[in-house]
Amino acid sequence: MADQHQNADNSGAHLIRGASILGGAAEDLLIRDGVIAARGRHLDADVAGVREATVIDAAGLVALPGMVDIHTHLREPGREDAETVETGTRAAALGGYTAVHAMANSTPVADTAGVVEQVLTLGRTAGWVDVRPVGAVTVGLAGEQLAELGAMADSRAHVRVFSDDGICVHDPVLMRRALEYVKAFDGVVAQHAQEPRLTAGAQMNEGEVSAVLGLAGWPAVAEESIIARDVLLAQHVGSRLHVCHVSTAGSVEIIRWAKSRGVNVTAEVTPHHLWLTDELARSYDPVYKVNPPLRTDADVQALRAALADGTIDVVGTDHAPHPSEHKECEWAQAAMGMTGLETALSVVQHTMIETGLMGWEDFARVTSTAPAAIGRVQDQGRPLEAGEPANVILVDPAARWTVDPSKMATMGRNSPFAGRELPGKVVATFFKGHPTVLDGKLNTPYRWPVDALDAGPAGRRP
Amino acid sequence: MRHLLSTEDLSLHNAIRILDTAEEMAAVGEREVKKLPALRGRTVVNLFFEDSTRTRISFEAAAKRLSADVINFAAKGSSVSKGESLKDTAQTLAAMGADAVVIRHWASGAPHRLAATDWIDAAVINAGDGTHEHPTQALLDAFTMRRHWSKLAGTPSAGADLKGMRVAIAGDVLHSRVARSNVWLLRTLGAEVTLVAPPTLLPIGVEKWPCAVSFDLDETLAQGVDAMMMLRVQGERMNASFFPTTREYSRRWGFDDNRLRALDSLGLKDTIIMHPGPMNRGLEISAAAADSPRSTVLAQVRNGVSVRMAALYLLLSGENREPAAAAVSASAAASAAASSDAPAAHAANPNLTYSHQESH
Ligand SMILES: [Zn+2]
Repeated sequence: MADQHQNADNSGAHLIRGASILGGAAEDLLIRDGVIAARGRHLDADVAGVREATVIDAAGLVALPGMVDIHTHLREPGREDAETVETGTRAAALGGYTAVHAMANSTPVADTAGVVEQVLTLGRTAGWVDVRPVGAVTVGLAGEQLAELGAMADSRAHVRVFSDDGICVHDPVLMRRALEYVKAFDGVVAQHAQEPRLTAGAQMNEGEVSAVLGLAGWPAVAEESIIARDVLLAQHVGSRLHVCHVSTAGSVEIIRWAKSRGVNVTAEVTPHHLWLTDELARSYDPVYKVNPPLRTDADVQALRAALADGTIDVVGTDHAPHPSEHKECEWAQAAMGMTGLETALSVVQHTMIETGLMGWEDFARVTSTAPAAIGRVQDQGRPLEAGEPANVILVDPAARWTVDPSKMATMGRNSPFAGRELPGKVVATFFKGHPTVLDGKLNTPYRWPVDALDAGPAGRRP
Repeated sequence: MRHLLSTEDLSLHNAIRILDTAEEMAAVGEREVKKLPALRGRTVVNLFFEDSTRTRISFEAAAKRLSADVINFAAKGSSVSKGESLKDTAQTLAAMGADAVVIRHWASGAPHRLAATDWIDAAVINAGDGTHEHPTQALLDAFTMRRHWSKLAGTPSAGADLKGMRVAIAGDVLHSRVARSNVWLLRTLGAEVTLVAPPTLLPIGVEKWPCAVSFDLDETLAQGVDAMMMLRVQGERMNASFFPTTREYSRRWGFDDNRLRALDSLGLKDTIIMHPGPMNRGLEISAAAADSPRSTVLAQVRNGVSVRMAALYLLLSGENREPAAAAVSASAAASAAASSDAPAAHAANPNLTYSHQESH
């Protein structure tokens, strides 16, 4: 297949032979004209398009819906030394994603229709995945006045997820108003739950390890108290709340309680919080510095159980690339965050599937169906059925690879999994029917129609 | 031993070795010519990102008594305060041929970063990092306690540990690197430690430490204490609501005149009072306590130089060198004449100063 790449015109048809659909029985998928044209046990040559299609032998591979990241930092505009939309979305495609939600903490902040449309256009120009801009809740993430939520919702970017991520919307009145206001356009407020006074100067999880290391603690209660408040607010005003990167066992209990009371709340966990603990801070290596911080093993186990039983709805990467100088320094000086797009699938396979907590069907739910539903991304997270948009990935679950950050597509070298052997490899990614990744390597981007690139006055024409 | 970063990971063997070597170094300090040629031609950098004249001059005196060349690098007013990174600073020092870096830093773990990265190949001595550790302070405290404990027992201090000694440490444990280093080292040496502090100034997780915790200083004293260590309390903690007023702090957790008298009435005639300095007289320790015959404050300062000489000597002279005692006696005569002008000679001949760098 390698020499038959169809590139810019997106017109190639592909016949995937014998992929295990969501980990179930092996079937064929015919991908053509941006959709799954046919699915069946063995598609005959007389099925329209099969004869012309490039064949991919998918024996042993699992076919899954393209992953949707609800929480990505692409850094552009403003911090192109850390990541660009181009490099970040290359990483996303390689990691099995067909859509990412680009967080609003860029420079300028994505708090106007102009900026979200700019990000949308950058994403479409790159063409590796669907870039869904997240709008800021407050102007400049300052937590003082609401950003132009309606204008962003009505813009060409159709923003539905609003977040000041990185900073908590801690003012209860402002949070209440934001939750109420976004109901007008079926939006959701994605909260970075961190009580600021309880976490002033915080460096790592507050507990046994921080006591020894002499690093200022970030107590679990600072997350849990905000989540408790927010689920009550969401219930009171009848709004949709999404909790970013849940990191503690206590948070899980609060969300479980809220869901049992019918509160419209969804929750996310990062791959790193499903595996790593605060013990790693003993090295003082800032590659393990992240916000919220790595917690204890009891928290890790509670998060895994919560993801398996549906209390936590989605895996979000919180992919946060940083230039090396922001990590090659003292712990207290270092930036918070880890890369995640190219390791998420493997880490979830390691922590959830190989432990027997989940199957691939569940994997599809937490990495694709549920995040697409939260973000109201209509053509993603769909079943792998005939007629559905062809956002599909092929995964080799038997593959093993060792993480080498210097070989990643992201500009960030700050992977906490460096040197670890991980299971599972993305072999192919189809975005809108076009293979952005083939043979585990980047292929070519999807080319949007020219009128889809035009983002109006604030945007950038290709 | 390649670095001295913390007492948490310091073995009993190495702790005793440092203390015993310090005893030998103390003997040098009592001679008329207080100088050994042991580290002639080696360069020790005092890299201070935080002001601490006391600790800096203690290390400087220690290095000079071993005939090392000393470079003082204060971060204030230097390129560091203009945004130069720790990495660049370390690489600069490496290029200058530093054999040992004595680092004081406001950030916990900064010495670990120097030791763990390939930025510099020198031996790293932690001279206090953030609220993490201050291992040479704990070693000089242990040295001071050991001398006292051995004297009471009528046995030589060399080779001895602190088994059975009851040590109380009172004050701002939460923000104290001195307390942390002491807890680990005293555990290793077999002492029984009780931390005394208001609950707001104890870290979450302290219950896992190898020591007892008390909120009541009088009760702790009544149970018997052989060494009472007071920690410095910063007045600004009051503004952050760690305690209501400094007066209330002094009454409940300060070593005041009433508690000084209580030692006598409790029959604790041999109990020493320690303080790492600088003291807030009238806050955590009364003037009478600080100046009483029980006070070891000045002995601690004196012992600090010996302990730091021992640390520098053991880190820089390598595992296979002769024991310090041999070096001390063998070189005593020769060094007496040569040592006083040694630094000047090195400064005049940079090749001599840096030539050892090629060989390791
Ligand atoms: Zn966040």
